[in-house]
Amino acid sequence: MSWILPEGISTFAADIDLIYYWILVITGIVFVVVEGGLLWFVIKYRARPGRKAYYIQGNTKAEIIWSAIPAVTVVFIGLWSAIIWDDIKGRDSVPEGSLAYDVRAEQFEWHFTHAGVDGTLGTADDFQLRNQLHVPVNQPVVLNATAEDVIHAFFVPALRVKQDIVPGLGAVIWFEATSTGEYEIACAELCGMGHYRMRAMLTIHTQEEYSQWLASQSPVATAE
Amino acid sequence: MATSAVPLEHSGHAEAHELSFIRKYIFSTDHKIIGIQFLLFSLVFLLVGGILATMMRWQLGFPNEPMPGGGLFPETMAPGGILLPEFYNSLVTMHGTLMVFFAIMPLLVGVFGNYLIPLKIGAPDMAFPRLNMASFWIAVPAGLLMVAGFFVEGGHAGAGWTAYAPLSADPEWTGVHAGQQLWLLSLAIIGLSSILGATNYITTVVNLRAPGMTWFRLPLSIWALFITSILVLLAIPILSGAAIMLYFDQTIGTHFFDATDGGQPLLWQHLFWYFGHPEVYILILPAMGFVSDIIANGSRKPVFGYDTMVWAIVSIGFLGWVVWGHHMFQSGMNPTLGTVFMISTFFIAVPSAIKVFNWMGTMWRGNIRFHVPMLHAVAFVAMFVIGGLSGVFMASNTFDIYIHDTYFIVAHIHYVLFGGSLFAIFGAITFWYPKMFGKMMSPLLGKIHFWLTFVFFNLAFFPMHSLGIGGHMRRIYDPTQYEFLQPLQPINKFISISVFILVASQIFFAIAFIMGWFNGEKAGENPWEDNGLEWSTPSPPPHGNWEKTPHVYRGPYEFSSPLVEEDYLPQFKKLDGDSEPAAAGGNGRG
Ligand code: HEM
Ligand SMILES: [Cu+2]
Ligand SMILES: [Cu+2]
Repeated sequence: MSWILPEGISTFAADIDLIYYWILVITGIVFVVVEGGLLWFVIKYRARPGRKAYYIQGNTKAEIIWSAIPAVTVVFIGLWSAIIWDDIKGRDSVPEGSLAYDVRAEQFEWHFTHAGVDGTLGTADDFQLRNQLHVPVNQPVVLNATAEDVIHAFFVPALRVKQDIVPGLGAVIWFEATSTGEYEIACAELCGMGHYRMRAMLTIHTQEEYSQWLASQSPVATAE
Repeated sequence: MATSAVPLEHSGHAEAHELSFIRKYIFSTDHKIIGIQFLLFSLVFLLVGGILATMMRWQLGFPNEPMPGGGLFPETMAPGGILLPEFYNSLVTMHGTLMVFFAIMPLLVGVFGNYLIPLKIGAPDMAFPRLNMASFWIAVPAGLLMVAGFFVEGGHAGAGWTAYAPLSADPEWTGVHAGQQLWLLSLAIIGLSSILGATNYITTVVNLRAPGMTWFRLPLSIWALFITSILVLLAIPILSGAAIMLYFDQTIGTHFFDATDGGQPLLWQHLFWYFGHPEVYILILPAMGFVSDIIANGSRKPVFGYDTMVWAIVSIGFLGWVVWGHHMFQSGMNPTLGTVFMISTFFIAVPSAIKVFNWMGTMWRGNIRFHVPMLHAVAFVAMFVIGGLSGVFMASNTFDIYIHDTYFIVAHIHYVLFGGSLFAIFGAITFWYPKMFGKMMSPLLGKIHFWLTFVFFNLAFFPMHSLGIGGHMRRIYDPTQYEFLQPLQPINKFISISVFILVASQIFFAIAFIMGWFNGEKAGENPWEDNGLEWSTPSPPPHGNWEKTPHVYRGPYEFSSPLVEEDYLPQFKKLDGDSEPAAAGGNGRG
């Protein structure tokens, strides 16, 4: 049992995680106060013979206080979330100069079209990999995703990225990885019988490694 | 005006004229019998839903090992006792569907709406008893159709209880055809049952209140059922409409939700959640109402801030219509809309918080009796707090990026629906059982059941939060497929074992329920020393409920009033100096 988020490796992971830890602390305090109070009441005010409960119908002042505190708290969390949300998912959030990929999701696999050495999609040196995505570190990346059949969701826990990909609507997903390594990509939306194994691998290279790797892949060494 | 709504056979005399067995117990128009019919109906589905969950937990805790008893299932479900992924998807779908539509909702609304409304407002029966009978007898075929789906070719619906299109719209993607269609038909039919019930409840509360039962003397359980009925009346037709559209996509080649032919998959989600969020309040408001009644009784104190509690119910009912998009933050919906729905969702947390604090205020300086219903009611508050707090995490659209469609949501829904609604239902059943059957349930068995359920519920569901924080997706058949989930597998195993014990513990409830019926101690008129009108008539009440319509002199929660020696002062008790209420506004007979 752990309340600690796994390591986050994107530029916005720390922002998301900070919101989480704040909510955790706030709700943690509420949890302790309320559950503790409840426990204390059931012990302290248990029935004893010859005693009568205190006859009171309510107290407006107390009620105003305990409406106002949660109201202020949630407004705070809401405004903060709204700002970060806009940075991550807002319509204009994709950074200039992001490296573009095409992603095609279908039952039950992912197809990633990588721009070849020229760094541009739609040219002859593009190549497609099945269930494998390779990106350079410290470089904003944008995925133009489409779904062939049903809704799938692109989920990389380590990047704190999740986005449904709806057929006919598609999705634009961006992120910038901050450390190298191999991380799992999962499908997070029930998409049929093989949903549980719609898994892919994300490989994050250093910039140099990425160039070398690209050179070794394109133009003909495609997986499909 | 009101009298015309009560059929003649009901007005005036309480003594039952001789009815045949069939008319009395099967095709009965008596709201109490119909309530009990719904009780047995929905407890059966609660059991079935629980068994489906046990099977899922087997697969998650012990992936790809043969399930004990799994050999009983055909090859198409569990060859060699090992569940197939497509069958697992049907289990996920049907567990959610049965629990929401055939267990919790009928338990809260069908059972207690029927049983309590007339008895608590002083009416001889519902406004439309025959519609009421129809609402039960429409639910039965809906239940049968839903069960039939397991036995058709292609298997049962497997697109989740939320049935997202196009997965649910085209058999091409799942191989499921008849199962999904039966699912849709069954929901449309049980929706009709709910609509008939809601019409009846609303009319009854508006027109048939006894003399003196003003709006602000209504018990909170009745306020909650009243507002819930309005939600049912407005929300269910949306589901029915959407279900029929999806049925057409499945069968006659329309393409409402199918993008390849110009349809719009997100339209389904909007329709579903426009119904679905009010639905989750349908599943909690009545529970909050019962708990308010029970906590006041157990604490021997008036409900703290009765008026505020009423307004909290009303405002939850109202705000519930403008938050549905919080289920769609990551769907690809316009991101600005995501922020709007986040703000409205946060607002709804406020009335929820008020209710919790007012329950605590009710217990504060009380003289608390821990009868079995009270144990369940206090557990409701404790568990609802956890469910509400986990709601705050998900209501942040930004953090929801990470936890959407993970076990964090699964933890949340079970804290509100099991920890919340179901504990309230156990509280309500044990509280009103003596009135329903004229017998007491065993307090000893009741306490054993309560403690086992409370402990193993928490052991089963609390760790799910941490699965969600670990990124564990929901609705996956085999978590060991992912490397990052492998370290979490011991938690999955622990949860599964806790679930097995939790489900097994329900046997104590079943025994207490059945034994009480046969040889429980006889219950008096008012075994809990409560204030509600239902406690002024024999247990069980006769056909027509009262010899003479009760009169109401005060609010429902006058516990420990200084006016009287004992610590309760019923609504129907006339003190010197109480004047007779005017008949106006009450039921026509008054
Ligand atoms: C403080 C109050 C609450 C808040 C802030 C809240 C918030 C949320 C949010 C944001 C989601 C969507 C999460 C996601 O899919 O990523 C959600 C899901 C859900 N909530 Fe709540 N909730 C609250 C209370 C309740 C109550 C009282 C119930 C029912 C009795 C409930 C039942 C559900 C269900 C069933 C789902 C999941 C639906 C599904 O995807 O299968 N919630 N809640
Ligand atoms: Cu999937
Ligand atoms: Cu909702």
